[in-house]
Amino acid sequence: MSESAPVKDNYLNSPKGIWSWIYTLDHKRIGIMYLAAISVAFILGGIFALLLRLEHLNPGPLLFTAKQYNQLFTLHGAIMVFLFIVPSIPASLGNFILPMQLGAKDVAFPRLNLTSYYIYLIGAIFCIYSMIAGAADTGWTFYTPYSSTTDTSVISMTLGAFILGFSSILTGINFLVTIHKMRAPGMSWFKMPLFIWALYATAIIQVLATPVLAITLLLLVLERTMNIGIFNPALGGDPVLFEHFFWFYSHPAVYIMILPAMGVISELITAFCKRDIFGYKLVAYSSIAIAIIAFLVWGHHLFVSGQSDAANSIFSLLTFLVGIPSGIKVFNWIATMYKGTIDFKTPFLYALSFLALFCIGGFTGIMLGALSFDVFAHDTYFVVAHFHYVMMGGVVMAFLGGLHYWWPKMFGKMYSEFWGRIACALIFIGFNMVFFTQFILGSKGMPRRYFNYLDQYQPLHAFSTYGSWVLGLGLLLVLIYLIDSLVDGKPAPANPWGALTLEWQTDSPPITENFTHTPEVHHGPYAFDKVKPS
Amino acid sequence: MTNTPKAEILISKGGFWFPEAISTQAHQVDQIFHFILWASIILFLILTVVVGYFLYKYKRTPENTYAKKHVTHNNVLEITWTVIPLVLVLFIFYWGYSGYLKMTIPPANASEIRVTGRKWMWQFDYPNGNKSIGELVVPVHTPIRLVMSSEDVLHSFFVPNFRVKRDLVPNRYTRIWFEAKRTGNFQIFCAEFCGDGHSDMMGVVRVVTASEYQKWLKESGAAASEGVPLDQLGEKLYTSKGCNACHSTDGSAKVGPSWKGIYGATHTLASGQTVKVDDNYIRESMVDPKAKVTAGFQPVMPPFAGLLNDREIAGLIEYIKKLK
Repeated sequence: MSESAPVKDNYLNSPKGIWSWIYTLDHKRIGIMYLAAISVAFILGGIFALLLRLEHLNPGPLLFTAKQYNQLFTLHGAIMVFLFIVPSIPASLGNFILPMQLGAKDVAFPRLNLTSYYIYLIGAIFCIYSMIAGAADTGWTFYTPYSSTTDTSVISMTLGAFILGFSSILTGINFLVTIHKMRAPGMSWFKMPLFIWALYATAIIQVLATPVLAITLLLLVLERTMNIGIFNPALGGDPVLFEHFFWFYSHPAVYIMILPAMGVISELITAFCKRDIFGYKLVAYSSIAIAIIAFLVWGHHLFVSGQSDAANSIFSLLTFLVGIPSGIKVFNWIATMYKGTIDFKTPFLYALSFLALFCIGGFTGIMLGALSFDVFAHDTYFVVAHFHYVMMGGVVMAFLGGLHYWWPKMFGKMYSEFWGRIACALIFIGFNMVFFTQFILGSKGMPRRYFNYLDQYQPLHAFSTYGSWVLGLGLLLVLIYLIDSLVDGKPAPANPWGALTLEWQTDSPPITENFTHTPEVHHGPYAFDKVKPS
Repeated sequence: MTNTPKAEILISKGGFWFPEAISTQAHQVDQIFHFILWASIILFLILTVVVGYFLYKYKRTPENTYAKKHVTHNNVLEITWTVIPLVLVLFIFYWGYSGYLKMTIPPANASEIRVTGRKWMWQFDYPNGNKSIGELVVPVHTPIRLVMSSEDVLHSFFVPNFRVKRDLVPNRYTRIWFEAKRTGNFQIFCAEFCGDGHSDMMGVVRVVTASEYQKWLKESGAAASEGVPLDQLGEKLYTSKGCNACHSTDGSAKVGPSWKGIYGATHTLASGQTVKVDDNYIRESMVDPKAKVTAGFQPVMPPFAGLLNDREIAGLIEYIKKLK
């Protein structure tokens, strides 16, 4: 780099000093701080996952005792769900991008935004304390009466999740108000980018569903500390009630995770095809439809719990209905490629990976929605594979795609396109090695959360473990070249992809208040036909 | 009588996806899965071809630098790809639902066996008062209804060959039913996480002919152990009563202490006291396991008082003595 060009003032270098970050109210800095925090959580959860897979290289004990294994899969699940994937896209990319895409200077409540970040950190400290003080061994689902009676530190982990919930609620409220009140002049609801629609739908779920989790976890804490019988049958409670309460939040939470990912995919596909989205309104409405139906399908986690046959049939029917809007989105994204000008940059490769893996996750979801098959597959590796296809194949792919897409905007540096593509290929191959194998394991009867397993499953388990090394290597590469780009990356232009949403109309990295003049919006977010062909 | 038999292999029989279908209801689970599988494969291939064609045809080149046409909606197309999947999933819903009812509602003539789950064993109670642990013996070609409950935490009774699974909930009864199509030994798993011994909470369904079943009902229990040398009886009970889920005989520590070399050793208890492992201590540890817990282990063993008679207890003690 030539040293001649003076570095312009931007949100990263002005104001300076550690305290200017700790007290910052800038949505971009808070987004970056979230990005750092969730990345640490993802790496930690990922290391746990690699250790779990390593333990399964052969049947019988290798690294851990049964109890340690149970603690590890609980930590893997709890960290990945509560500390990584729920806040991942909304709190990091969303915080950074949402106000800019709206043409605003910041979110509606900047202080609340910083508060929610520190609440997240406090929740994270509780979770980490639980790790040190005899980690919980209940699984991230905390099913009673096991969780009411085990001697591990369930309370600190549930309190951690309880506190993290407030962070999620506050971010949701902030986004809702920002989207309603802070859109740039001319930006009507149907001129908003689809990422915003997705975050809007997500925020509705965050605000409405998370309190139920908070209540449930608090009741569990009361049961453990004061012996108030709510869920534990030994105290006169009902464990199936806990399952209902838990999934009343945690199923909608799945959509808290996947809806923002869908929003990212809409941005990536339009930007790298330079084409207007096919069926804008249908894609936008389908986000809202998913958010609504998401509240009505929790019972499909209870098909074998002893829930009544009538309830099972209703939940099965509703589960199928929630598949339809997801399918519509996939068709619309594919149709958007028609007569576009497709650029195979790394973010677009992640979008393609998302499409393939999310389809497989969706198809197997249809299988699991069918009552008779779910009775067989419930609590086997088939379910483990299914939700990893949606959560990792879906959400993490979209997160990585979005991270690469907005990286130049966030840091003003270009990452290495060459290494980006190689890492994406490794991640895609490794992921399928790990989890496609687990579909077969599950359909052959292998139950989940098993420390030990029958010898006959060994070859499949071993192959899945080999895949985890490929996957881990791919993710490690991403970490290395992204950090390298901060030091050695080429300076990024304001709009490296030629995209039309408002965040690309300001510098990379942006100035502290985003825009020098409040932008005015005259056309839709993907109106490439209004732009002169170069 | 032999030890609890090994279950038949799940992985290599029954096609690419499933274990061999043994119950009368298993085939319809496999059918609906294969229908959705092939529908998905066809749809996935169509999408792959379409996307592949778009990627090839519309890739950015010096000649193709901007989108030539912006098709933003097409009502016919959008209605088609909403309605066809909707019809398809409603059909799948009905198929899965009706199959589920057939799997769930037992025929009126089904015979009933009670199943009790506890950490970490399966106990089966037969109509004539027989009990078995870890091994469910049923007649072939006969509908069997299981009425299940748990004594501690949630468990889930899962027989992959039968495609049946249901949770066992404390203070509540759940039921499943099945009818086995042939004799053999089939794997039972616990499918709901229940703690340290979860993955060892296995068992076997032994499907026998009707006459063998009647014979087993008469001969098992106390009478069957007459005439068997005590140490051999103990060796048999080690697996049939589920001791093997938590205690090894090769020195490796599982949920409980290994039995190898334990007889005559001196154990330190959780309370700090020491105790010599003799006949009385072993007997007490079976009927009242929480009385003296060896240091380093959790007090999680269920009491076997009432589940073992005096001769069986003596048999287990003799077997433990032999494990040097």
